[in-house]
Amino acid sequence: METVTMTLTSQPELFLECYNVTPDQFAGKSLAEIAALPAHEGKIQWKLGDFFKFDGKAGETAADTKIVVNGDVRRMKRFGQKMSAGEIVINNDTDMYIGGWMTGGKITVKGNADSFLGIAMEGGEILIEGDAQNHVGSAYRGDWRGMSGGLIRVKGKAGNDIGTAMTGGTIIIEGDAFIHVLTHAEGGTVIIKGDVEGRVGGQMVKGDAYIFGNILYPLPGFKKIATVEKEVDGATYTFDQFIGDLGERKTKKKGEIIYGNIYLKK
Amino acid sequence: MSELIIKNGYVFDPISGLKGDKADISVKDGKIVDKVSNKAEVIDAAGKTVMAGGVDIHCHVAGPKVNLGREMRPEDKFFRGEYRGGILKQGKRMEMGFSIPSTWKTGYAYARMGYTFTNEAAMPPLLAPHVHEEFRDTPILDQAAMPVFGNNWFCFEYIKNKELENNAAYIAWLLNATKGIGIKVVNPGGTEAWAWGENCTTINDPVPYFDITPAEIVKGLIEANEYLGLPHSVHIHGNNLGNPGNYKDTIDTLKLAEGTKAKNKFGREQVLHNTHLQFHSYKGTSWADFESGAKEVMDYVNSNKNITVDIGQVTLDETTTMTADGPFEYHLNQLNHIKWANVDVELETGSGIVPYIYDKNIKVCGIQWAIGLEIGLYAKDLMRVHITTDHPNAGPFTRYPRVIKWLMSQKAREATLDTMKWKDKVIAASNIASMDRELGLYDIAMMTRAGPAKALGLSSIYSLTKGADANIAIYNLDANKLPSDPELIEAAFQNTAYTLKEGVVVVKDGQIVAEPPKYTLWTKVNMPENAQVMHDIKEKFSRNYTVNLENYAVFDEHVHNARAIELDVA
Repeated sequence: METVTMTLTSQPELFLECYNVTPDQFAGKSLAEIAALPAHEGKIQWKLGDFFKFDGKAGETAADTKIVVNGDVRRMKRFGQKMSAGEIVINNDTDMYIGGWMTGGKITVKGNADSFLGIAMEGGEILIEGDAQNHVGSAYRGDWRGMSGGLIRVKGKAGNDIGTAMTGGTIIIEGDAFIHVLTHAEGGTVIIKGDVEGRVGGQMVKGDAYIFGNILYPLPGFKKIATVEKEVDGATYTFDQFIGDLGERKTKKKGEIIYGNIYLKK
Repeated sequence: MSELIIKNGYVFDPISGLKGDKADISVKDGKIVDKVSNKAEVIDAAGKTVMAGGVDIHCHVAGPKVNLGREMRPEDKFFRGEYRGGILKQGKRMEMGFSIPSTWKTGYAYARMGYTFTNEAAMPPLLAPHVHEEFRDTPILDQAAMPVFGNNWFCFEYIKNKELENNAAYIAWLLNATKGIGIKVVNPGGTEAWAWGENCTTINDPVPYFDITPAEIVKGLIEANEYLGLPHSVHIHGNNLGNPGNYKDTIDTLKLAEGTKAKNKFGREQVLHNTHLQFHSYKGTSWADFESGAKEVMDYVNSNKNITVDIGQVTLDETTTMTADGPFEYHLNQLNHIKWANVDVELETGSGIVPYIYDKNIKVCGIQWAIGLEIGLYAKDLMRVHITTDHPNAGPFTRYPRVIKWLMSQKAREATLDTMKWKDKVIAASNIASMDRELGLYDIAMMTRAGPAKALGLSSIYSLTKGADANIAIYNLDANKLPSDPELIEAAFQNTAYTLKEGVVVVKDGQIVAEPPKYTLWTKVNMPENAQVMHDIKEKFSRNYTVNLENYAVFDEHVHNARAIELDVA
């Protein structure tokens, strides 16, 4: 695998949209061509080379290309947007929309990521060593198609709206989360290893939430049906199983009604 | 004195009888004239096709319903914004949205396709100011709007009591108050019934409380329309839209026009325009045995000259449905569970909005696609069958070039059929695969400008006849050598070589180059004030409306560059 290292040389006045920083865009290009790729600051169009210096070499294909981002990129959005393969490593905190709409490959952020992490993601893997903000793996505002595949792992805590309208894939938050988990979901798995403030599974049709800590304010639309043992993220635990959202429409599969599940660790 | 001549183009203008012969079109001071001096600016149209500016008889492009669609669908804009339109000295405008574009994109995209007039299909009278304010912000296009009357309490009561003159006087008053152009009817009685949680699915279902039937409503409105002699006929979206088996209800609705003749001074011949006929031509008893009823409906349309229709072609896109047919949108949401908005407009109407994906891999969507094209291909008189997508309900208006391609090329239809997952089932439930008719440019000129202009009573403005506004589209299509690749037909209709608005070049090679003034057309009926109707209006406003009568009518300053179509009623 070939590696391109990009290092910040100047800060934008506002925020820079780095939608072209993906292995797909870099693959097969020279460093000069990469530096000439467009990036937007508001409505002003710049080149990536106006803010970063580039070293190394891009691979022939996206799968053969790794991008390492150095410097204080807290004002840089959309790294890895729509990427399909390859790898991105960001050695610092970063801004919103990391890995949005990605279909494959891997993104690692060594610091914190902001909101809209991996929204509408279809495949691949995102690892955040720090915290994430709101709308992890959810749908774009107004859209009904959230994360449908892949894995997002946040080692720290996360905010609200995790997995909204999710249809597949897995989100793991190793710390605490705030409110709205799997709202409107029609599939997918969210594992929260800390506590959640509340509103887990509102209007959920299908999907599984595993909560290791407490839900401070559980929703009334769920009822406990069993105590079960489940293997989650490599270990087996005992959970109380709740089904719901009982107020939402229900679908049937092979004559059986499908429910969303909340598994609360005992 | 500005003069301009378009030379050597193949000119198609069904209103003046030009059928693709090489002809020169002369323009002086924004109007079509017989000849100009030799100082006139020359546009060389050799090897190109020249038509009058396109006329869209039915689209939802402005007003509260469209804007609610924009509000509830931020995702419709996503990855779809482009700095594109606008003239350079103003800076480029952001063109946003796909199925519910911004007003700016609406104006620019229509102009790039050679269209210069749109008819907003459903204006809630109470919210007319919003419609007119969006017209002001939609560049280039002349526009008009039809207020909805099919669920209006005044009309219900006048029709029930058989007070024709009072009904006509009320309609004239409301057209003036809202600066509307004609009478729109949406699910007659059904939207009012929806306020009671019910619907009218046949023309004989009584409306709750009012004890009147859709048949009586439609007949009463046709009668009033012809009593007044309005430029356009009653424009109807009938009962039971979008349900299998509804073709019978559609023919029942069309039969209500039997025995009535058009009475007007605008050259209009029909008394009823049935819009988006595709949604009304369904056979079968459920979505499982759903099939095309286009043949049955078109057999009736072909043999009854006092009816016009537009297609409402499904374009197989992700779009946004929006209609004053509230109950329909509720049922649609029960099918697709995406999101739903519902609005009630006091004594007048209501509406609903639901995003919808016409997926080529869903059998029903494929059959809907086939039905729309069958309507165009079964038509005997294309002056009476117009191209629309009921924008944005069956697809965005920006797909008109694609609809034209499908109608002009069997190869293109087969290519689309080949992409469908349930191709065989679509073919079995429709007649599309056996239809080898391919329409020509003259046919398209009838379906996209001459026919709609005549049906709207506006052919003296929107054609290439002497004295008409010089709204002209010049397409990169050699009428004698049409490309064998249907994609090139679509491309030619998507971006004109030139579009002219009142003699000003607004589009050149697909780029917006000017934004001249535009008009809001409306119908001004000059008739003596009707004391009874004014009394009724005052009474209803004091008892039932949330606004005062004085605050109801649109103010003159709401209406952008108003151009009244005047008529006198003794």
